[in-house]
Amino acid sequence: MAKVTLKGLSHSYLKTQSSDADWAIRGVDIDWNDGGAYALLGPSGCGKTTLLNIISGLIKPTKGDILFDDKVISGLNPVERNIAQIFQFPVIYDTMTVYDNLAFPLRNRKIPEEEIKVKVHEIAEMLELSSTLNNRASGLTADGKQKISLGRGLVRSDVNAIMFDEPLTVIDPHLKWILRSKLKELHQKINRTMIYVTHDQTEALTFADQVVVMHEGQIVQTGTPVDLFEKPKHTFVGYFIGSPGMNVLPCQIKGNDVIVNGKKIETHKQIKKSNFNKTEVGVRPEFISFSNEGIPVKVLSVSNTGRHKIVDTESETGKIKIIAKSNENVPSGSAFLKFKKEYTYTYGDSWIIE
Amino acid sequence: MNKTVNQKAWFFVIPVFVLVAFNAIIPLMTVVNYAFQETFGNNVFMWEGTRWFKQIMLSERFHASLGRQFLFTFIILFIQIPLGIAIALTMPKEGIGVPICLVLMSMPLLIPWNVVGAMWNIFALPDIGFLGHSLNALGFDYNFTQQIGDAWFTTILMDVWHWTSLVVLLSYAGLRSIQPAYYQAAEIDGASRWAIFTKIELPKMKKVLTIAILLRFMDSFMIYTEPFVLTGGGPGNATAFLSIDLVKMALGQFDLGPAAAMSLIYFFIVLLVCWVFYTLMMRNEEKS
Repeated sequence: MAKVTLKGLSHSYLKTQSSDADWAIRGVDIDWNDGGAYALLGPSGCGKTTLLNIISGLIKPTKGDILFDDKVISGLNPVERNIAQIFQFPVIYDTMTVYDNLAFPLRNRKIPEEEIKVKVHEIAEMLELSSTLNNRASGLTADGKQKISLGRGLVRSDVNAIMFDEPLTVIDPHLKWILRSKLKELHQKINRTMIYVTHDQTEALTFADQVVVMHEGQIVQTGTPVDLFEKPKHTFVGYFIGSPGMNVLPCQIKGNDVIVNGKKIETHKQIKKSNFNKTEVGVRPEFISFSNEGIPVKVLSVSNTGRHKIVDTESETGKIKIIAKSNENVPSGSAFLKFKKEYTYTYGDSWIIE
Repeated sequence: MNKTVNQKAWFFVIPVFVLVAFNAIIPLMTVVNYAFQETFGNNVFMWEGTRWFKQIMLSERFHASLGRQFLFTFIILFIQIPLGIAIALTMPKEGIGVPICLVLMSMPLLIPWNVVGAMWNIFALPDIGFLGHSLNALGFDYNFTQQIGDAWFTTILMDVWHWTSLVVLLSYAGLRSIQPAYYQAAEIDGASRWAIFTKIELPKMKKVLTIAILLRFMDSFMIYTEPFVLTGGGPGNATAFLSIDLVKMALGQFDLGPAAAMSLIYFFIVLLVCWVFYTLMMRNEEKS
């Protein structure tokens, strides 16, 4: 068990780097507490797997340090770092039984056979694999195999951290739920630092206490699921989390006033104009309502999801989505929108202005 | 899944059946014809029943060439399979080295068999050949045209040179298809290099190795051209493998009946060994 710290971490797969785009990850600083459940969330290609492999020691970073419990471990190999990692595709040793698969990491570390037996049975019990222990591992279904991969990470009781690299990708949807709650349950039971990489916001938000959102190799926001939803620090977080994502509209800042489509609107904080190339206003569909005055829009379409209605409207400078209650009357044709002040944020060059 | 039973579907098999009949069954039937009859030319045939088969099965000459054949095949499999895997493991996985190695490896496979035989014949000549002359200069008494051991040594060396590449290429393809996650997981599990080889690489290569062993078994069991050009089956009958012996009997002595019977027995041995081997290798696959 350990606290994981990343300091000024950057990595590039190229020998020389000329622009930001040449870096797979750049300038990442993270502090993860011992025993926490964390998620790295981001779209494909944002650098999250690279970051994970750097922590586990499979990749050596170009710049920066990794610390476990405040000790620099950047130079150590995966075995010395004593971590466990579960991959996207289940990795099992085909010719071995389930028991031998689970015992493999312990046998490699020359642990006495009696101790291995106790440990393997304990883990098998936890993962509900006890009845298949003597079967050949290659005969199992995808979720069974992934449980073995997970089990091989859990049998070592002293691991510093357990890392998951999109572990539910190949699992059937109805089993995903079961495995996901199993993971959550395991985390509470064994209380080890767990780092979970995914591009699926539901997975990240349900698994983790703290979610790290990555975008083009950088961390754009770290926070609890509620933070990410209520106060996105970057327009990307706004788009990426929530369904539908945050509405982002261009705006002008004149003195202390924020102007959208020629109308002055109120935001969560008074701001002053600074030097930005681009200023925008962001507000989630959940925090917009129809009103008698405000931003003029044309209602394009209404789709009822059962729980609520999603209304597509068009304003002068772009489309705006609104979530309305399913029993609410939605005006047709022209309408006016009002943004909830506390949840309306201003962004300068995509970053929140505070 | 439930399959529909429809016997009319057999009609669709007819074209394939006709093709196979023309290129395999009909030529084979002429051999079958000779195997059960005696002929004195002029298209006169007399029924002999199983006489030729009994004669071949009891003949010491057949036993000897069959024995030589099995010995040769086992020796080359024993050398080529491990050597091929070993070379594939040491080949580069990326960069300019990959195409270079692949081209170098493919070269021996592209040389026609009789050229390989001729090349090695000249290469191994004790007086002027590079190999033969060098061995003699180093103090070995080497002469593949007169000494049985030297003839076998040269034939095996030639076959290893010619065909190990096939095993290398197949093994290399098998190795490259292993997902990197397996190596990463093994690294994290603390597996030794030997454990990675026996627990990941070998099991993942099982299918290509099965094909490699089958191909090498069949090819070496039916080998003719190269030893014919290299040693002509000699000295004496020392390197007269089944094919060489068969041709001697059929075309040298013109014993068409026994030769036809021998062909059929030969054919069934190849078929039987391949079937047994394949069934054994694939038995576990089906279980899981």
